[in-house]
Amino acid sequence: MSETTKTRTGVGRRNFLVTSASLILGLTLGGRNAAAGGSPLTKVRGGDASPDLFIEIRADETVEITCHRSEMGQQVWTAMAQIIAEELEADWERVRVVQAVGHPRYGDQNTDGSRSVRYNFHRLRVAGGALRTMLERTAAKRWKVAPSSCRAVLGKVTHPATNRSISFGELAADARAQPIPTEGEIVLKKRADWRYITKPVKSLTVPRIVRGEGTFGMDVQLPDMLVAVIARPPRVFGKLKRVDDSQTQLVSGVVETVVLDTPTPPAHFQPLGGVAVVARNTWAALQGRKLLELEWEAGPNASYDSETYAQELMAKVREPGEVRRKRGDVAAALESAAERVAAEYYVPHLAHSPIEPPVATAKWDGDEVTCWACVQAPQAARKAVARVCEIPEDNVTINVTWLGGGFGRKSKPDFVAEAAVVARAVQAPVKLVWTREDDLTHGYYHAVSAQRLEAGLDAEGRCVAFLHRTAFPVIDSTFEAGADQPSWGELRLGASDTPFAVPNLQLETGRADAHLRIGWLRSVCNIYHAFAVQSFVAELAHAARRDPKDYLLTLIGPPRHVDPNKEGAEYDNYGSSLDDYPIDTARLAAVTTTAAAMANWARPLPNGHGLGIAAHRSFTTYVATVVEVAVDEEGRLAIVGVWSAMDAGTVVNTNHARTQLEGGTLFGLSNALYGEITAKQGIVEQHNFPAWRVMRMNEAPRHMETTIIESDAPPGGIGEPPTPPAAPALTNAIFAACGLRIRRLPIFGPDRRDRLAVKGVKQ
Amino acid sequence: MKLTIEVNGDRHDVDVDPETPLLWVLRDELRLTGTKYGCGVAQCGACTVHVDGRPRRACVTPVRSVVDKRVTTIEGVSGPTADAVRNAWVSIDVPQCGYCQSGQIMTAVALLTKLRRPSDDDIDHAMSGNICRCATYLRIRRAIHQAAGDAK
Repeated sequence: MSETTKTRTGVGRRNFLVTSASLILGLTLGGRNAAAGGSPLTKVRGGDASPDLFIEIRADETVEITCHRSEMGQQVWTAMAQIIAEELEADWERVRVVQAVGHPRYGDQNTDGSRSVRYNFHRLRVAGGALRTMLERTAAKRWKVAPSSCRAVLGKVTHPATNRSISFGELAADARAQPIPTEGEIVLKKRADWRYITKPVKSLTVPRIVRGEGTFGMDVQLPDMLVAVIARPPRVFGKLKRVDDSQTQLVSGVVETVVLDTPTPPAHFQPLGGVAVVARNTWAALQGRKLLELEWEAGPNASYDSETYAQELMAKVREPGEVRRKRGDVAAALESAAERVAAEYYVPHLAHSPIEPPVATAKWDGDEVTCWACVQAPQAARKAVARVCEIPEDNVTINVTWLGGGFGRKSKPDFVAEAAVVARAVQAPVKLVWTREDDLTHGYYHAVSAQRLEAGLDAEGRCVAFLHRTAFPVIDSTFEAGADQPSWGELRLGASDTPFAVPNLQLETGRADAHLRIGWLRSVCNIYHAFAVQSFVAELAHAARRDPKDYLLTLIGPPRHVDPNKEGAEYDNYGSSLDDYPIDTARLAAVTTTAAAMANWARPLPNGHGLGIAAHRSFTTYVATVVEVAVDEEGRLAIVGVWSAMDAGTVVNTNHARTQLEGGTLFGLSNALYGEITAKQGIVEQHNFPAWRVMRMNEAPRHMETTIIESDAPPGGIGEPPTPPAAPALTNAIFAACGLRIRRLPIFGPDRRDRLAVKGVKQ
Repeated sequence: MKLTIEVNGDRHDVDVDPETPLLWVLRDELRLTGTKYGCGVAQCGACTVHVDGRPRRACVTPVRSVVDKRVTTIEGVSGPTADAVRNAWVSIDVPQCGYCQSGQIMTAVALLTKLRRPSDDDIDHAMSGNICRCATYLRIRRAIHQAAGDAK
């Protein structure tokens, strides 16, 4: 990474490495403040805001900002730099970003949950403001004037009264020796004075990406590095019975094979076992793996069959479950309703399939290991490596590369642990590569789910009872053997927080066993919960003979704050306080009306066209999406247009919020149209593209409009909230176009005919 | 086996199994890591390079088949069309994670070299072999149209 080609002298400790390709990966662990007395900013809201943790100004005026969150396309480098540069009054042209290693000193580094800005906004402003204050004080001392008469502006401190100025670079060394101010001494900039935050600042990574520069996990090269691939047991907790590697050993370039330990439940982030083939280059490793003769013991998950499991899961939601949220008396209200409506929904397993598969490089030095990997959660990687290798965490260094997509897969660092184990076994640096087949058949899958919703309508069609039952194999099962009950952390993703103004409401859950490693995938349970709830809203509107958008707004109801904790749920609001980030129905209604207006909702449509709408709050952000489809007599589907409105509170970069709104929406549409992972006899059936199918250019909508709502509210999530409403907006549009109600995803099956089962669409 | 290949105008002697896909020769031997692995079966387009100016999937192209041909990768693609594409990609902020974008750019440059003003259908046809999991398709389309307008 060219951002990181200089090593730091003085403050801080640097781990860097020169490779034979003259590639230097210098990765930073910000040091303690050089000034005596330490920092008074270690405990501000959001964590340690000591400026030396994140910022270094060099004599050549370079402002080097350490990003402690992982860059995976959400433009977190740019966002973090914008926040710091704003309060520092840095000149953007001088800003460079380096990636932090994984270390607890940075606080939470787990780059998922749409919280990089949400958790760090205040803290990074304070860090920038602290260093600005130190620079101003340093200049004031030199000029022997009052600090309050000095002002930092775009990389210089000025003294307007005498028309003097001095650059940050000239002040940096002395400023570093200044005491760090307390939070009370730092005056943060007024919103009206912001020059970077809320502005569409250009990406810091894109100009390099278009030249093929930048180091992804797959691109790491070390001197004398070997490459490994692993033949893993086809089923989770399957065991190696026998291996014959004699043919493998004949492949030119193969160095050796390594038999890995079989893990014991729970899976956690342990390697899955199997046989590693270690070679001098990737191609030799791949050829060698093909020639292994392997016999496996099936293990405890050999009976897992997706077809059977779907029926079992659906049966669970047809029975009463455990009550997890309760308002009024749903049973009585259903009993006395003028009309009852019920519907069942099914969403299959999904795979993350980041376009860069998991990959990690490890190098041992005695009992210390240094890793380079595309990880979303470098501290989890550090722990996983330490645990599997039985060494102290401090013996593990995790250098974070760029991530070629993450979507939640790369916050599970099993692949880093594999790299460390194999590198130790062969006593050489090893890059452990996952192929696409490995990625698709050995994932941490998004849970398959079944849901049943029931509602009672009164004589005017108003919803008076709303019952939601959900069942799915739980994420906890990956970390606790046998866990089978949906956690509050999963239910808060679109089930326990349904904000509808109905007098009687109940959430029930069923239990389900897991037979694959279950993990979180972009927006997690919101995918299936929003699909069911927002589909059901349109079904109720149809039953009540009302417009779906109007009916949705009626259900959202009057402006108010909803607190599921008062109705029996344990609701943690995505880790943010309900005081700062209430469930605000006015904001949900506002994005709904905005998206509808963008799409010109009430306009007359050609025959065969339909509009669908869905609105959902997740990760403290509100998104509504309208989709227009056209369905022809043959059942061919075209997505004519998409209109999305997002209220994410204060948005650091409006352009990159739009790119997430676009990409996150299309990610949701892709899942809905094609996404399905199935297992037979415990083995995942989709090995590569196109059996696992994702949206392509010719399948993407050609027209999409986005609106980012202007708001002074604190910043919410951006990366995940666009995804949940996409699928129900699409299926609601299909219903509006042709009367076909899709309750089981994906919309198109593996036959690839891509025809909806419609009869006689009027043209 | 010793082979000589020409990549980005430079001749390289490599000693590899002649069946080795060009992708791994570029990445592992020549350390040109801009060309990416995504699927290994010519289904995602992340490994797209130009062979004699035409887009090829390096992951299924045996290195023996490019001896005596000109290979161009993202690191070496140049000229007015490549400039126009890169400029459009930057001005529209097309990439998100960026991993597939070498392949997207190589395919787009090849498209615009062949067709100076591609229609939306032309773009669908040319680009549908390049998966972007971040789903930047809307901006790729816009950027291709913009580059077509800018290219002289």
